[in-house]
Order: sequence, then C-alpha cells, then structure tokens
Amino acid sequence: MIKSLKSLILVGLASFALVACTQQGGGSGSKKSKTLDNTKKAGFVKCGVSQGLPGFSNADESGNWSGIDVDVCRAVAAAVLGDADKVKYTPLSAKERFTALTSGEIDILSRNTTWTLSRDADIGLTFVGVNFYDGQGFMVRKDSGINSVKDFKSGISACTNTGTTTELNMRDFFNSNNISYEPIAFEKADEVVQAYDAGRCDTYTTDKSGLAAQRTKMSNPDDHKVLPETISKEPLGPVVRQGDAVWEDIVRWSLNVMIEAEEYGINSSNASSLKDSENPQIKRLVGSEGELGSAFGLDNEWSLRIIEQVGNYGEIYEKHIASTGIMPDRGPNELWTKGGILYVAPAR
Amino acid sequence: MNLKNPKTLIPQAITVLSLVLVIAYFAYNAQVNMGNRGISFGYGFLGQEASFDIGFSLIDYDGSMSYARAFLVGLLNTLLVSAIGIFFATLIGVTVGIGRLSSNYLIAKTAEVYVEIFRNIPLLLQLFFWYYAALRALPLPENAINIFDISYLTVKGWYVPKFIWTNFLIFLSSIVASIVAIIFVAKYARKQREEIGKHVPVFSISFGILILFPLITFLIGGVTLNFEIPVLSQMTSTIFNFKGGVSIIPELISLALALSMYTATFIAENVRAGILGVTKGQKEAAASIGLTKGQVLKLVVMPQALRIIIPPTTNQYLNLTKNSSLAAAIAYPDIVLVFAGTALMQTGRAVEIISITMGTYLLISLSISTLMNWYNKSVAIKEK
Repeated sequence: MIKSLKSLILVGLASFALVACTQQGGGSGSKKSKTLDNTKKAGFVKCGVSQGLPGFSNADESGNWSGIDVDVCRAVAAAVLGDADKVKYTPLSAKERFTALTSGEIDILSRNTTWTLSRDADIGLTFVGVNFYDGQGFMVRKDSGINSVKDFKSGISACTNTGTTTELNMRDFFNSNNISYEPIAFEKADEVVQAYDAGRCDTYTTDKSGLAAQRTKMSNPDDHKVLPETISKEPLGPVVRQGDAVWEDIVRWSLNVMIEAEEYGINSSNASSLKDSENPQIKRLVGSEGELGSAFGLDNEWSLRIIEQVGNYGEIYEKHIASTGIMPDRGPNELWTKGGILYVAPAR
Repeated sequence: MNLKNPKTLIPQAITVLSLVLVIAYFAYNAQVNMGNRGISFGYGFLGQEASFDIGFSLIDYDGSMSYARAFLVGLLNTLLVSAIGIFFATLIGVTVGIGRLSSNYLIAKTAEVYVEIFRNIPLLLQLFFWYYAALRALPLPENAINIFDISYLTVKGWYVPKFIWTNFLIFLSSIVASIVAIIFVAKYARKQREEIGKHVPVFSISFGILILFPLITFLIGGVTLNFEIPVLSQMTSTIFNFKGGVSIIPELISLALALSMYTATFIAENVRAGILGVTKGQKEAAASIGLTKGQVLKLVVMPQALRIIIPPTTNQYLNLTKNSSLAAAIAYPDIVLVFAGTALMQTGRAVEIISITMGTYLLISLSISTLMNWYNKSVAIKEK
C-alpha cells in the first residue's frame, strides 16, 4: 500500500514537471537562456574578479568586494535577481580567468580584461562592452633621470605580470624603438611590486590604472612616478561565454544602462522620483514606459533596480576610482557629451 | 603468468578494456563539451608567432619565433636549473650525510641542525626567502660586489666573463678523446688488479690525461680562448648596468640554491642510512686484512652503501626536477612560467598546453629514473 502510494506521488510529480516544462518552453519561445535559468535557480550571479586590484575589484578585511568591475556583476544581479548583493565572487589569476569562464565555473568575467580580437574570436568568449578605457604605461623611480619613454636606453630591465597583454605591448614598444631590454614576468602583481621595489628592475609596466593602484603599495610611494606616455589601447570590459545570446544581452545592457543613466542625469537617489518625468527616454530607463525588460525575459523595473542599487556610471567611477585617488581625472572615461569617449547604444 | 590460459587472460583483458573505455569516455566528453562551448582543439598554434619575449634563454630566441620555440626555451631552462640543482644537492647531501656520522661533535651537530632546519620548512617559503633576501641584500650595479675585477655580483644578476673560443670543436673533441682514454686506463687498471694484483694509480693518470690532451690543442691545434669581461655602463643619471660578459640572473641563482639546499637534506639522510646500513663486521673484517681507512670506505663500505642510497636518491632527483616548477613564483622563465603561463594565456588553449607540459615532465622524470635504474643495476649485487 505504501509502495503504491509512493509511486503515485512520483508519477504525479513527474507529470507536473512535464507540464511545467512544456508551459515554460511555450511561454518564452526563443528567449531561452540556460545561464539565466541556472542563475535564477541558484539565486546568485557567479562572477569572476581579480585577486585584488584597488578600484576595480578588491576585497576588504571582512571579505566584501567593491570596485567598478564588481559593480558590473552587482548590476546584473540587481536586474536578474532583484538584489545587487546576490553575487558569488571567484578571485582569479590572469591565467585562470578564461578557463574558469568557458568551463562554467563563473558566468561573468569582470576582471580588468582587455578586449582583443584573438580573445573575442578564438577562445569561445564574447566581450560585451567597455567599462574602463585604460592604456599601458611605465613607472620609474623619481631619481632615475627618466622623464619620458624617450629616455629609455638599451639594457633596461622591465618587470610585469605574466599572462597579460602588457607582455606583448612591452615587446612591441621596445622593438619598435630599437631598445634591447630584459623582461621579467611574475605571476602575481604583489611579487612584481616587491621585485621592482627591491631594485631588480628599472621600470614596472602595466595598465596605468594598475600602476596608480600598485604605487600605493610601495614602501615609499613618493619615490616613484608614472611616465606621461601611454603605449597601448586597453579597453577593459566584462566577458561572457559564447553561445548564450540572451545572457550576453543582459550583461551588455546592464552595463549600458549605468552609462546611459548618467547621460540623462538619473542617479541612485533620484531614480524612483523620475517615473513621471516628461522625457520618454528617462521614463524607459526607470521602467515607467515601454517593455524593455521583456526582451530578455525580465520584468520592466530591471533597469530601475540597477540604477537604485548600484548607481549610474558617474557615481561608481567617483566612488571607486576618483575618490580613492587612483585616477581623479576621468579622461577618456567621461561621457561623449562631456569630451570623453563613453558612448553607448540607446536603450529603447 | 601464463597469458595463454583463458582463466588468467579474461580478467586481464576486461581490466584493460574498461581502462580504455574510461579514457575514451573522458576524451569524448571533453571534446563534446569543448565543441558546445565553441572551443576548438588542435596543436596548430605551436607554429604561430609567440610575440612575447623571454628574459633568460640558452638558445637564440625572440618574440618573432614560434610557440614551439618558446616551449623549447622553457624546457631548456627547466633542465638547466634541474641539472644545477641535482649537482649541488648531491654534493651538499653527500658531504652533510658523511658529516652527520663524523666523530667530531661540532661537525656532526652542524650537519644535524642543517638537515632539521631545511627539510622542515616548505620549499616555496625557502624560495621566497632566498629570492627576496638576495634581492634586498645585493647592491645596485654601481656598488657591485667586485670579485677580482672580472666578475660582479649585483641585484640584477651575477656578471661573469664570457668565454670566446676559436676552434671550439677541436677543444671539445680533445675532451671527448681524453674521457675515452681515461675509460681505457680504468679498464686496464682493473684487469691488472684482478689478474696480477698490481695497483695502478688510475686517478693521477686520468688527471694527467685530462690536462694534457686539451693543452696540446691550445699549443698546436689553433684553439684560443678570450674573455669578455663585463663593464659597468651608465644608462641614465642614476641607472647603471653591466654590459658584456654573461649575466646569471638572480632568479636562477635563488631557485638553484633553494632546490639544492632543500633536496640535499633528504639526500644526506639517504647517505647516512646507507653508510649505517653496512654492518660493523664488514669494516672490522676489512681493517683486519690491512686495508687503510680510505680503502675501507672506498672498497668495502661505499659499494655496499650505494645499493641502499641510490633508489631513494632517485626519488629525490625526481622531486627536485618537479619542484623546479615553483620557478613561476619568482619569475624564472621555466616551462611552467613560459609555456603553461604566458603561452597558455595568449592562446587560451588550456587543454593542449597543459597536456604537453604534463607529458614533458613525465618524459623528463622517466628519463632520470631510467638513467638511475641503469646505474643502480651496475652497482647492485651480481649473483654469480
């Protein structure tokens, strides 16, 4: 008797599941995203970040992550799960990052990663946008007598991180200037800082934002300076796996919404009060007009949640990059309307 | 085992078959999943331009060469540090091992303290210690530690004179010739000893040959040797560096130092065990037939001790080689840093590169162990 009851329940559950499945399949049609489903089921966004780069992704003493890279993941969590704090962070080395993403250990890689052709096209990744325009620079000792990259002489030794585009740019730069150099590449940023600080190398090269952040870790930060020249383009941005177009769109537009919100003057404190704005573009961004969310299978307040819980791009830049003294001047990371190159497709 | 008997054959066949199936399943699974995620598989990337530079290389290399060439650079660097490490680990290990058995209290205690300290601290920490301690302790090039005006020790490396040979091949063949001659002398000496009991001074004869043959090539073979001595040059108002000569980078020095100091402790214990493993009676018997102390050690104790020492020491050689992969932590460009690090990053081909790297380590380890097994056989008891 008990046995038959058990099987009855099982059959009932199975048929229920079957019906549920067909309904779901019929409802969302072609807008099916395995990553989105899994994220909703797990209740958190799986986000890959750096092992600690102030301003971009850095954990404090109690393990809370913050930075502009972290905020991309928080925005997606706010849009998809309704709570920006529902993110699980996985710190990754430069070498591990792409494997972690393609193998499904993380769903978004937001780790100051340079967008290049070979990465985008060759290894199963898709770059969805740029959240920081950076460029590679050099740091030297103030008393070195080097005031510009033109002062570099053959025989110079340069420390950097292994497994990054900086290793390639460094070679392009020194070769095109006919300077022979000794490259010394370390696995971790902290080891580069230590070796450079000890005098093993004459210059330390990486992205300029990274140089500014690492300078604070030197024994005497004031003894060092960053040279004015920028030798490469480093558009840094979030990356997703190839093959899930809906998830890709969600991440891309979560980033775009933050940038566009700044353009229209919407910030975390005034967002909900702008629901009755005269401007239809603002109304679309705060979810009181149009059906933008349904395009990804999300509700209509997804963008409002991003702006309210995470903030617009200007707010997060100010909080993580400017006020921490890493790069007080926004430079190229200013809106296109204010002389920068931040220009995103309109959310409509 | 008789493989013709179906009773023993069938279980063997089933085991092999299931093993093959498991491997095939994993390979298939990996392929399907990589296909699903849009990752292509193939070793074609090895021929592509590497486009990154390597700071220390035994062969000609620059970034315009292929990933295969970069792999070779990394492999040679791994072999170099392993060879240096094995040489010094053996040297220190044997010295310390014998030292621990010394009747001199101070020597025995020092050896013991050395062993207990260095084998009980994790290797990675020792490596960081040597590297950062060395970097902090060594002076900048302008204040270099001057060794007889020909060699300089600085934070950027140890600069030694470069040997510039003419007719190096003739010199090399003279060395080979002298080694061959020494082997003949040794064989002749053994024959003399075994047949008529005559003692031939092999060592002094060998030494003479080793000096004489190459000397002749210098005198009449047209071989010359010049030295290029490193010279301090100024690059900017405060940056100096040495030019010319050969630079032994601090990464190599500290890695070789850490590996040999650490592994030597284990070898020392093997040596001590080997010597203690030879029973006292053997030494007393040898002494009673009138052999000197040196002869007792060389002719009676060591041949027997070696049989105990070699197998565990082979393990230590293998460990040392594999431990050299810690190089990545201090930027010594070994195979892990160059190939499984930078090249992996640039190409994104994790499965291919890790499989090549694992295969390479396997091959190195198997070669060392084959070599050591062969040596072990030559010193083993020959059943007559």
